[in-house]
Amino acid sequence: MAKVGTGVRAVGAVLAAVLGASALAGCSSTGGLRAEQRAARASAEGQAAGRAAVSTPNWTVAMVTHSGDGDTFWDIVQRGAKQAAEKDNIKFLYAHSDQGQEQAQQVQSYIDKKVDGLIVTLAKPDAMKDVLAKARKAGIPVITVNSGAEQSKAFGALAHIGQDESIAGEAVGDELDKRGKKKALCVIHEQGNVGHEQRCAGAKKTFDGSMTNLYVDGTNMPDVQASIEAKLQADPSIDAVVTLGAPFADAAAQAKKSADSKAEIDTFDLNAAVAASLQAGTLGFAVDQQPYLQGYEAVDLLWLYRYNADVLGGGRPVLTGPQIITQRDAGALAGYTKRGTR
Amino acid sequence: MTTSAPPVNDRPGGPGGPGPADERLLGTSPWRKLLGRPELGAVVGALAVFLFFAVVADSFLRMTSFGTVLYAASTIGIMAVPVALLMIGGEFDLSAGVMVTSSALVTSMFSYQMTANVWVGVFVSLLVTLALGAFNGFMLTRTKLPSFIITLGTFLMLTGLNLGLTKLISSTVSTKAIGDMEGFSSAKKLFASQLTVGNTEFKVTILWWIALVAVATWILLRTRFGNWIFAVGGNADAARAVGVPVAKTRIGLYMGVAFCAWISGQHLLFSFDVVQSGEGVGNELTYIIAAVIGGCLITGGYGSAVGSAVGAFIFGMTSKGIVYAEWNPDWFKFFLGAMLLLATLLNAWVRKRAEATR
Repeated sequence: MAKVGTGVRAVGAVLAAVLGASALAGCSSTGGLRAEQRAARASAEGQAAGRAAVSTPNWTVAMVTHSGDGDTFWDIVQRGAKQAAEKDNIKFLYAHSDQGQEQAQQVQSYIDKKVDGLIVTLAKPDAMKDVLAKARKAGIPVITVNSGAEQSKAFGALAHIGQDESIAGEAVGDELDKRGKKKALCVIHEQGNVGHEQRCAGAKKTFDGSMTNLYVDGTNMPDVQASIEAKLQADPSIDAVVTLGAPFADAAAQAKKSADSKAEIDTFDLNAAVAASLQAGTLGFAVDQQPYLQGYEAVDLLWLYRYNADVLGGGRPVLTGPQIITQRDAGALAGYTKRGTR
Repeated sequence: MTTSAPPVNDRPGGPGGPGPADERLLGTSPWRKLLGRPELGAVVGALAVFLFFAVVADSFLRMTSFGTVLYAASTIGIMAVPVALLMIGGEFDLSAGVMVTSSALVTSMFSYQMTANVWVGVFVSLLVTLALGAFNGFMLTRTKLPSFIITLGTFLMLTGLNLGLTKLISSTVSTKAIGDMEGFSSAKKLFASQLTVGNTEFKVTILWWIALVAVATWILLRTRFGNWIFAVGGNADAARAVGVPVAKTRIGLYMGVAFCAWISGQHLLFSFDVVQSGEGVGNELTYIIAAVIGGCLITGGYGSAVGSAVGAFIFGMTSKGIVYAEWNPDWFKFFLGAMLLLATLLNAWVRKRAEATR
């Protein structure tokens, strides 16, 4: 055992030495943090100043979403919510779980904390029904975002802010028609996600050509790529591939290259890589539902309700998308995607 | 340390026992030797799966399709090799899936934050990943807790660290793009390039996979360390009694898993440029499944590296064959499960028959 101990210590020592030394040696003259800092200095626009613009009491607003761990999309939603909270002198709390039951418990704990407003997603509406009734009973205003447009009003929410998945899908079908596509593939990276099915179903509805779904394992990128590659090889007549999340667009583009296919890659959601690919022309178009807006508007609306009893939408969902983004718009958005607000 | 005698593949009950007229010392015919190989059942299973898809999916037999299937198999296979070795040694590693992601994240974030040549990040990541493997092995040998608990702990901690550190350092949940940094293109050549043979593209991971299988087979069958692995997995106490360094062997096996996780992680990073911190959860099970299909016993002491490769190949053929066959995707997971179960049953049946004829 002594031998083992010294072995581990040796590994540790080497590790420490290398960490120190490699920082000095072998620098990259391109890219990296320094390039980003240079760019930030060059463009005078810094981050939004973190100071409240109003003098209303320091209300507390909590958001509970159905996001899994480490999801880029929800990161942008949170950023929007936080910036609105800073401006409105609001304390912002956030919790998430991809299990419906767990999500309901988190909402319950915020009700126990007597927050001044709640923002929830209704991806699993049945799990959330009872706890939202409790929130209403406790007099806490609720706004639903992202998913649950159909249930929002019935569950007693003030307003719903989000994209209607079916409408977003229909916009994709129309855009594919406009581009003269005949045979499309809809890549679903989360089997059993209702919103995903709605997107593909919506696209299928308005698309004049034929469209098939392909299920891939979203947590395993090489598998996503190989599956799309296999499908493109099996059916060379596919001329459009639609992915439902930004990170999967790049995998689809690589699959297209390996399979030597001529299909156009299109995607839902936007990120820095998608903006760059749109500019370069490797992607056809992206459908953005503006997650920043979902977080920002929800917090701001709760402030408006507390301050002025304002509501938006009159019980109908307020749509944040779909916004179709093509090569033309991508340049203007690239900077915003880099700072994580688009 | 090479030996010319055929390796003892069945579980050594107690090595060193001076049994008279041990049947293992009797001469065996090549046919019998073949029947005794742990991967025999898996090979028959692989043939069955191959023939099945060759019949039902007409695009399955094309060369380009073969490249895709091999790529899918190689990304599993690279990790299935050390996982199989670890299983022969009688242990599990539930942290193998997220460790791949950790390794990719370290390379990307270190290079980016230090604005260092990407190769520096690659090297730092190797050390960090090996340290993680050593941690697993060291904790296991020191605490004597089951590997299930130790690596479950590591799995959860790494999942949290991947997310927490990425968010802390990059302030988003995925890493920044490092495609424009120095050293990226040369590292991409090593870890994520493509080789064109005829008009078919083969990913470089296939070469990594083949090399790893070859090295692991050599270690298992031709080195003293290989004998130690079988001995430790068969009966650790008996192995210790005859002087096998049990702790060292186990730590070495965990570091082997870490090394392959590093290769997989670099492939992930250099083929997609950006890594999402939540990836990799669930893949550890896929690696274990590939090793089990390939003939590794869950109880340890029995199995082979070639078997794990055949297991990964069956997995790759099945998951992509279903796509080539253009079956209704709603049933995808069901088909996958049924095919894997059939392949494994066939595997077990063939092995039983083979053992009965001995």
